[in-house]
Amino acid sequence: MARFAMVIDTKKCVGCMDCVVACKTENDVPEGFNRDWLAYETIGKFPNLHQENRSERCNHCDNPPCVYCCPCGASYISSLGGIVLVDQNKCSGCKACIAACPYNARFIHPVGYASKCTFCEHRVKHGGKPACVEVCPTHCMYFGDLDDPMSDVAQLLKARKYHTLIPEAGTEPNVYYLI
Amino acid sequence: MHELVITRNNPLIDPAIHIWGWEIAVYLFLGGFVAGMMMISGYFILTGRTKNTKCSCFLVPIVAIFLLSIGMLALFLDLSYKEHFWRMYVTFQWWSPMSWGAWILFLVYPILIANALIRIPDEIKGKLKLLTNFSEKLNKRPFLIKIIGSASMIVGGLLGTYTGILLSSFVARPAWNNSMLWILFLVSGLSTAAAFVHLVGRDAEERRMLAKADNGFLVAELIIICLILIGFLTSSKVHIQAVNLILGGEYTATFWIFVVFIGIVIPLFIQLLAVNLKIRHTPVAPILVITGGLILRFIIVSMGQNSQWNTAIYDIIK
Repeated sequence: MARFAMVIDTKKCVGCMDCVVACKTENDVPEGFNRDWLAYETIGKFPNLHQENRSERCNHCDNPPCVYCCPCGASYISSLGGIVLVDQNKCSGCKACIAACPYNARFIHPVGYASKCTFCEHRVKHGGKPACVEVCPTHCMYFGDLDDPMSDVAQLLKARKYHTLIPEAGTEPNVYYLI
Repeated sequence: MHELVITRNNPLIDPAIHIWGWEIAVYLFLGGFVAGMMMISGYFILTGRTKNTKCSCFLVPIVAIFLLSIGMLALFLDLSYKEHFWRMYVTFQWWSPMSWGAWILFLVYPILIANALIRIPDEIKGKLKLLTNFSEKLNKRPFLIKIIGSASMIVGGLLGTYTGILLSSFVARPAWNNSMLWILFLVSGLSTAAAFVHLVGRDAEERRMLAKADNGFLVAELIIICLILIGFLTSSKVHIQAVNLILGGEYTATFWIFVVFIGIVIPLFIQLLAVNLKIRHTPVAPILVITGGLILRFIIVSMGQNSQWNTAIYDIIK
């Protein structure tokens, strides 16, 4: 089985939010909600400031607490590369998965079920890439199979320094940020 | 400077999650309350108090069925996809405390009904012949009654435990993520149930016994709160930040005044006087205990949602 991951080069990201617009358009995300978003982190003392721009979303964790806490079996790890998905027909809207996610990546869709980034699974299963990756004007986003040593993502993680978000929570996230 | 700006502003999520409101607090309180009632009622049955016609074990299961139904209604109201509430009962998820809870609640009702049928209230005895016959048959089988008593204690214990484990299993919410929360909820449930039986009990000796038991539960609650605070304060930075919500943060006054002082210390003092100095038993103490138990659930539910991990990675980028 493949193990899909996303790698984002924070040195290239300009924070244009094209990824956010692409996601909303591709996935028909309701007004006022976001499946992905931008984080701008600045540290230092003027004029020696350092800024990191990050496109954030569900981390499709290897150890996903949202899946383990779901009482209906609606949240699950897909056989398609370990992508974490929600079956809206099974979801009761109990919101346990939202409480369980340390990244606050989920929300309640106006219809009532839990929703979040799917890594554009409908595109990926036909060999495509997530919409956010496809449209990035600086080509700072990469998507692929970590188990394939020749994939872009595996090569980048081998060659560059990177970090993940809240690794100490033990969720083993699959979105990596190159630094 | 260190600044983190995010563009996300999802309803119920930002700036801090506020997905669970009064419904979950009420449900957790009533769940613990009913759990305590089941354990007390089960204890009375197992110790042969059913021979005493004034025993509260006949009233408690009827009240518990009513209260649990209110709790279940609150839980239903909280669901954002109410048409799918039944989805919890067509699967069992081993790793989900909420799934365990759903099935435990499924077990609670038949046990409470069986418990209530041990003695049909005199007022309706003649009117409901089927139930009266069933009750008479039940009373001819002491072994069955003991099974009902044991089941009541065991399932009551599981119900009280689950309400705490449900919250403590959320690693993402540091204020809930404490392995002793279930003990606090279980003891608080026992304490509020003992206070209730103390309040409505018709047998003076039984009331005295429950006042003594409640004193024990209240002391245990104080000790558990201290241990939980020690656990948090000696844990990681996020856990220390979480517990600071009641140690100087926004929940400090509510927690220490309403939960600890009014809900535990004052009733403990009153009940100690009632038990040792033989002053008259007053309904004030049990009412304060029950109110304190309810406020405890509101504070814990809200506090957990206001505590979270920080996605800032300044240690790496600086």
